[in-house]
Amino acid sequence: MLEPSRTKAALLNALVGLLLPLSILAAWQAAAWGGWLNEVLLPPPSAIAEEFAAMSRSGELPLNLGISAWRALLGFVLGGGLGLAAGLWVGFSWRAERLVDPTLQMLRMLPHLAVAPLFILWFGFGEASKILLIAKGAFFPLYVNAFLGVRSVDRQLFDVARVLQFTRSQTLRHLILPAALPSILLGVRLSLGVSWLGLVVAELMGSSDGLGYILNDARSFSLTSVIFVGILVFAAAGKLTDSIVKLLERRLLRWQTTLKGVE
Amino acid sequence: MLAIQGLTKIFPAPAGEVVALRDIRLEIGPGRLVTFIGPSGCGKSTLLKIAAGLDASYEGSITLDGRPIEGPSVEKGVIFQEPRLFPWWTVEKNIAANASLRDAAVRRRVGELIELVRLKGFEKAYPSELSGGMAQRVAIARALLRRPKVLLLDEPFGALDAFTRAHMQEVLLDIWQADRTTMLFVTHDLDEAVFLGQQVVIMNPRPGHIRRVVSVDLPYPRQRTGAPFQEIRGVVLREFEKVEEAPVPDPGAGI
Ligand SMILES: Nc1ncnc2c1ncn2[C@@H]1O[C@H](COP(=O)(O)OP(=O)(O)OP(=O)(O)O)[C@@H](O)[C@H]1O
Ligand SMILES: [Mg+2]
Repeated sequence: MLEPSRTKAALLNALVGLLLPLSILAAWQAAAWGGWLNEVLLPPPSAIAEEFAAMSRSGELPLNLGISAWRALLGFVLGGGLGLAAGLWVGFSWRAERLVDPTLQMLRMLPHLAVAPLFILWFGFGEASKILLIAKGAFFPLYVNAFLGVRSVDRQLFDVARVLQFTRSQTLRHLILPAALPSILLGVRLSLGVSWLGLVVAELMGSSDGLGYILNDARSFSLTSVIFVGILVFAAAGKLTDSIVKLLERRLLRWQTTLKGVE
Repeated sequence: MLAIQGLTKIFPAPAGEVVALRDIRLEIGPGRLVTFIGPSGCGKSTLLKIAAGLDASYEGSITLDGRPIEGPSVEKGVIFQEPRLFPWWTVEKNIAANASLRDAAVRRRVGELIELVRLKGFEKAYPSELSGGMAQRVAIARALLRRPKVLLLDEPFGALDAFTRAHMQEVLLDIWQADRTTMLFVTHDLDEAVFLGQQVVIMNPRPGHIRRVVSVDLPYPRQRTGAPFQEIRGVVLREFEKVEEAPVPDPGAGI
């Protein structure tokens, strides 16, 4: 529980954090009023805010945000899920590590933009190629971190598990997964971030809806304020998902936070 | 009854082999409390590991109630030098471990054990919130919940300060007198060996073997300052000094 004084301190911290962005905004707006800015290249904050309000009212923004979020989610679930499974499997078994890890490490280095044309050729311009591209990005952070998590399990606790006669599934559920959980959650956060990033690439190449499409469309008509709205929404959505995972982390890793929670 | 016959353990090493134990012969009746003492490297931990079933490559035989020891099991409770608790579990969950706390019988027994190891009020604490002595008591309770036939303790109080250690020795004697579990207790503390053991097994290194078994025929609770205690302590100490003085064949070897 937060005490009043700590709530106050948290509020103060937030205000201090806002100081810099607010003064930049103020200077920016002032420069626009002073006529020093090319409003086509750099629209003032007030114009961006108006654009945001208009796009929200017309339903254009919520609709496309929803479509994008859905794609990011599907891609994350598909790629992240597979990455988690593969990471756990390869973490368990050195045979599996020798067999698949070198290949996966090679694939990990392929940039989105390099494989995007292939995906489009194979799967067309439809949803499949977009979701697969996002999934490709989401796979690796979870794969790498789940693998590291499994490998970081304390060997001494394995002896305890043997003495207590844990079954294989108990060893997995009660020892390996909880020990790997901090790494896995870190992987989830990174994968979610990569999913949002992959989304833009996926939607920039030929699509007729989604945030990336709005950005692309705005670029061809030089609607800079729309581009700014798109960027801001991306940033906000990314931050929001990250905060949700962090909250989850705090709940699931209570045993760890008590360790650090003294001050 | 734990019976050890002709037990020999050899570790292969790059520079020849290390004979960790040679021809160990020992019988420990049910309900006995036996302490083991000896210089570092005389094979005490190796012996306990084999008795626990954690190490299966040895010569000779070791049986518990007539059956050879094959692999680790809850029949042979092990307390390591470190508590080795699961950091993501609370105290009561660590004691229950893979036994379900939803089972009323388990819950009742866990409650009893928490009282026995004097941890009432800490049921919901996490290991990171416990002191070393408290954590070690949780480890003891975890082993006792399984009602082991024999409890193997490898320098369990070695990392504790003198006050906590004396307290833990009393807790251990309480437990032993309540349950009469057979206990093999390894220590490098002479006082501890004589204070706890009905017998003190003195071991010699290179190769590890039993030098002498000293019986401690004193009633519990023992007075550390009393003359009989000091007399037996002296016997063990002299034996121990002989061990220390024993000629070392090649001081440079074995690293
Ligand atoms: N895994 C191992 N591989 C090779 N040699 C080992 C291994 N474990 C122990 N030894 C050797 O066996 C001998 C006995 O070791 P052990 O750990 O049983 O001694 P100890 O009596 O428990 O010593 P301490 O009092 O320091 O704990 C030592 O010479 C050690 O070097
Ligand atoms: Mg040892």
